[in-house]
Amino acid sequence: MPPTAQFAAKRLAKELQKITNDLPPGITLVQADNLDEWFLDIQVLDNNPLYQDQTYRLKFKFGSSYPIEPPEVTFVKLADRPIPIHPHIYSNGIICLDLLGQQGWSPVQNVESVCMSLQSMLTGNTKDERPPGDEEFVKANRLRPKDIDFYYHDNNV
Amino acid sequence: MDSDDDFMSPVSSEDDILPDDSDNDDMSGAEDFDFDDEPDPDLGMSKDFERKKKVAYDISFKVFQPTDIQRQQDELVNEVNMILDISKEEAAILLRHFRWNKERLIEDYMDRPHQVLEAAGLAQTAARLPRLETIPGFVCDICCEDEEGLQSFAIKCGHRYCVDCYRQYLFQKIREEGEAARIQCPSDGCNLIIDARSLDLLVTADLADRYHELLTRTYVEDKDCLKWCPAPDCQNAIECGVKKKDLDKVVPTVSCLCGHRFCFGCILNDHQPAPCELVKKWLKKCADDSETANWISANTKECPKCNSTIEKNGGCNHMTCRKCKHEFCWMCMGLWSEHGTSWYSCNRFEEKSGTDARDAQAKSRVSLERYLHYYNRYANHEQSARLDKNIYIKTEQKMVQLQKESGMSWIEVQYLNAASQALQTCRQTLMWTYAFAFYLARNNLTEIFEDNQKDLEMAVEALSGMFEKPVSELSNVKVEMLDKTSYCNKRRVILLEDTAQNLAEGLWTFNVELTGAAAPSGPSARR
Repeated sequence: MPPTAQFAAKRLAKELQKITNDLPPGITLVQADNLDEWFLDIQVLDNNPLYQDQTYRLKFKFGSSYPIEPPEVTFVKLADRPIPIHPHIYSNGIICLDLLGQQGWSPVQNVESVCMSLQSMLTGNTKDERPPGDEEFVKANRLRPKDIDFYYHDNNV
Repeated sequence: MDSDDDFMSPVSSEDDILPDDSDNDDMSGAEDFDFDDEPDPDLGMSKDFERKKKVAYDISFKVFQPTDIQRQQDELVNEVNMILDISKEEAAILLRHFRWNKERLIEDYMDRPHQVLEAAGLAQTAARLPRLETIPGFVCDICCEDEEGLQSFAIKCGHRYCVDCYRQYLFQKIREEGEAARIQCPSDGCNLIIDARSLDLLVTADLADRYHELLTRTYVEDKDCLKWCPAPDCQNAIECGVKKKDLDKVVPTVSCLCGHRFCFGCILNDHQPAPCELVKKWLKKCADDSETANWISANTKECPKCNSTIEKNGGCNHMTCRKCKHEFCWMCMGLWSEHGTSWYSCNRFEEKSGTDARDAQAKSRVSLERYLHYYNRYANHEQSARLDKNIYIKTEQKMVQLQKESGMSWIEVQYLNAASQALQTCRQTLMWTYAFAFYLARNNLTEIFEDNQKDLEMAVEALSGMFEKPVSELSNVKVEMLDKTSYCNKRRVILLEDTAQNLAEGLWTFNVELTGAAAPSGPSARR
């Protein structure tokens, strides 16, 4: 009984139905034409000076085992959509968050809850910096986010 | 010890009451032969009697088969189940949480049962058997399904999901992620662990089998004193008490029932007498530079002035170093300016500048030569051991042939088998003596070691030579071969005994730093 794409499709259809009508403030659905890749915009609503008046573009990629397996979530850089500065976000948009790893993920999570987690991850941050080793990582990395072995060493941010 | 005497006495040779005695103990004949004055390690005796006299390189270990491993777990679970009055499933989860340290579990549980249960992912609620339920108005949080009559399941935490999602989840965890002992409730942040009985209720039989297989595996993996036999397709585990911190003092070689001999410390094939750390360094070094070093040695020389490595890629002997512009003669390594008019044919080997340069050259080559010296011997034995494997296969044929041609009985040709086995083990040991010797700093003990090494090597080569003889001659050298076989085995024991003892007492000095605990660090010879 391997996980089927059908299983993912059913769940995604339900999620889509819900978020088309109703999303928390600061989160907007941009594009969900198919069941592989969705784009959403998020904003930080409080007045954290690091992120004020900015909108960030998120890309969700779903595998056939979603939601048993986590989706691949990254920030996308566009002319008017920068990559938010954060000690856990690399400048190529890759996010180091245990929630998005196999260990931290729970199938109860969904697109909406991931967006909210990222919102609050930004809200709570005061450090105007990239992760240590950002430059080399961005230069050298050819792996997809799910294949990177992040080491979650810091639970404060 | 009757069997030994029987085996050696000519009367019993046609006797077929002696089943396997001849090959279960290749040393058995040792007592009857007269060897030189080396002290008798008495292996034959210690194997049959309870090991009173323990040889220094020998460590005690036990082999467990899959059923033993299962039984051990069951026994522990039953014990905890009775003492603590909790269900078997819970006992198993607790034991796994405590890495099968029963004493600590019981002690901790007696002190503070609630914390222990919580930490192990067993929150306390009324115990009842897991079952599927259909609850009106239920919506599954994973697939968002809300159909009437949807079957659902929850473990004690009450986080309820539909059966389909639960199954998908478990399939993913077991098949894809290879998890078993620590599969948690799918709910976010709930660390309650799904027990074996709930799992059996939910998944298909083959997945449940896989799950139990993985669970059994965690037992072996959780316990430091247990390790899987690394031989392909072998399902046994080995128990051995040697701790990681002792690995600079002992080389814990164990042998599985399947016949595979390996080091309990690092799981690599038997590498006595070299300790694990040296083995690791050696293998890394060989992987890094053996081929390169060979090539450098064969094709290059160093500039006599700046020591840059130079490859001669043209015919002329007039070399100009690209780095320091030093001009010298490739043949004699002397100054080119001293060559006068006899260009392109160097005949001035005895000139002073040339000798000096060659001396310097030799010196800088010494380290490389030294490595190659050990490496080549190591590699040679490695290769020979591989070839001996072929011999082993051929031995079988030879034994059959010999039985036919000379009318010898099966038992009478077993000496070939013993000889081939001795060859393999001794070569394996010899191979590692060279890696060991490479790192060994000279002291008064190294000479004894080298003598032992030389003795063993000569004996092994002699035995190997006998093996090559045509079948027709093999029966004539039977006594000689038996003699050599036990001599080889004996020399190996002596060598290992000696190295192990010195290792245990910290008497060796190595020219590399061993990080493991308080390894004796000799004068550093690193470059």
